[in-house]
Amino acid sequence: MDKLVALFEWVDARFPLGKMWREHLSEYYAPKNFNFWYFFGSLALLVFVLQIVTGIVLTMYYKPDAELAFFSVEHIMRDVEWGWFIRYMHSTGASAFFLVVYLHMFRGMMYGSYKKPRELLWIFGVLIHVALMAEAFFGYLLPWGQMSFWGAQVIVNLFAAVPFGIGEPLSEWIRGDFVISDATLNRFFAFHVIALPFVLAALVVLHILALHEVGSNNPDGIEIKKNKDKNGIPLDGIPFHPYYTVKDIVGVVVFFIFFFAVVFFAPEMGGYFIEHPNFEQADPLKTPDHIAPVWYFTPFYAMLRAVPPMLGSQFPGVMVMGAAIIVLFFLPWIDRSPVKSIRYRGIHFKIALGIFVVSFVVLGWLGVQPSTPVKTLMAQIFTALYFLYFVALWFMPSFEKTKPVPERVTS
Amino acid sequence: MSNDGVDNSRRRFLTAATSVVGTVGTVGLVIPFAASMNPSAKARAAGAPVEVDISKLEPGGMLTVEWRGKPVWVVRRTAENMADLKKNIDYLTDANSDASKQPEYAKNYHRSRADHADIIVMEGICTHLGCSPKYRPELVATDFDANWRGGYFCPCHGSKFDLAGRVYSGVPAPSNLIIPPHQYLSATVILVGKDEGAA
Repeated sequence: MDKLVALFEWVDARFPLGKMWREHLSEYYAPKNFNFWYFFGSLALLVFVLQIVTGIVLTMYYKPDAELAFFSVEHIMRDVEWGWFIRYMHSTGASAFFLVVYLHMFRGMMYGSYKKPRELLWIFGVLIHVALMAEAFFGYLLPWGQMSFWGAQVIVNLFAAVPFGIGEPLSEWIRGDFVISDATLNRFFAFHVIALPFVLAALVVLHILALHEVGSNNPDGIEIKKNKDKNGIPLDGIPFHPYYTVKDIVGVVVFFIFFFAVVFFAPEMGGYFIEHPNFEQADPLKTPDHIAPVWYFTPFYAMLRAVPPMLGSQFPGVMVMGAAIIVLFFLPWIDRSPVKSIRYRGIHFKIALGIFVVSFVVLGWLGVQPSTPVKTLMAQIFTALYFLYFVALWFMPSFEKTKPVPERVTS
Repeated sequence: MSNDGVDNSRRRFLTAATSVVGTVGTVGLVIPFAASMNPSAKARAAGAPVEVDISKLEPGGMLTVEWRGKPVWVVRRTAENMADLKKNIDYLTDANSDASKQPEYAKNYHRSRADHADIIVMEGICTHLGCSPKYRPELVATDFDANWRGGYFCPCHGSKFDLAGRVYSGVPAPSNLIIPPHQYLSATVILVGKDEGAA
């Protein structure tokens, strides 16, 4: 034991190990009133690690070549020891990642966690979401199935819709060819395996550093740093370790029960996690009868389809889809109410947030449906409601009746 | 950093000069990295023309060949189809193909060469977001259109085109299907991708 202490002291004199441990774990004071919604941050980190570890193993067997890719995935599924398990963890992990990230973002919207002083923390979070969408999109081409191919074809063609003669060269630059081809597959592999994981890791570090600078928000939306004891410790705070590390372990166990239930019993999730046409190799001459993106992209995809072409260009639809993400960056300034948490906000906010969530879910459902005139109209209505949330937030302080916010957190 | 006896104008000059040189160097370095992602010489050269033998193509039949990695359709339309094309005018977004891509010799209502008007050669790629539409020549009510006038239906986003690849109005696709350059080497052989010489 003495030797261990001596080793720690030797390291600590040369590297801020103890300092980092205290700053980020044992003396990082988090509000004591965290609830269910506070599991999803640490779960997102867990899934990120899981994706990297399973991804490394898949990379050992996968071949980023249009001739070989599809069969190398089959090889992983059939011949590699436990290959099916590792691949299903990776494919289920992609969906799980988005699920926890969406719940994590909803938590932030519910408790006003994006408001001052956490604007930058929120922006880093939205950037993580954007990087994650890119990571998932690049990864989806790699199995080189029919849905991989045609999904990538549609998404890359979105860039071709950019006007002023930029679009066509831009989409060729992204593909490295005039069509989705071996060149595209190879570079998407590079982005998926090297470029974006680095970007994501860096953003996660920035997100956590920003969080630990300003401190965590909580379900009451109160700044616990306003009430400190004589040692400068927040009265409503408890050290992250051991209290929340232990709490998060419970979350991890419950999460893994659901996660592995999917991995073992429904890895395709009825075609929502792995789409059926993807069991057929990519055929550039034949589009599957019905194509839809994976579920986590469908809300945005439904918005794209909702907007009709204008002036002979589908660019307006692309802009609306982009705006649905861009608007999130400005949320800290759009929401002008001084009250953070939904608990002390008026009925208007609760209704508006409810409509927003319903719109997002309905758009997600519409995105997997074939388009019909009725469904297009529905998509238009719910796209409008999605954006109306932000308009409503801006005007809400002028008529919303908020409740008094307590000084200390409630139990 | 000590500011005693500093020649500020010299410091500013050196800072500016270093920044300018550094920026030029960075831009110079970005260019090769960005340009490396353009289609390679091999990809650009891969667009060799393709010969299609249409001797076995029945009226109403369709052939699909691959050219530059894309599906190219060759369809022999029936006399009835050709008559229907003229009746479609009121249902089209770009009936005269003014906003669409085709060689000059295919800028007509049948969108094919005058000497082989019944045979159309077109890229089977939807002008919306690049899916390959389905061939649905029959004039019957379908699950996607109760008043279907025949042509092509894109399953991805519901775009519809007539048998001359002209886009019906009210769908996401902004323009007609692209007609690639093509020429007849003989009465039964088409060369797709090249249209020099014989017209």
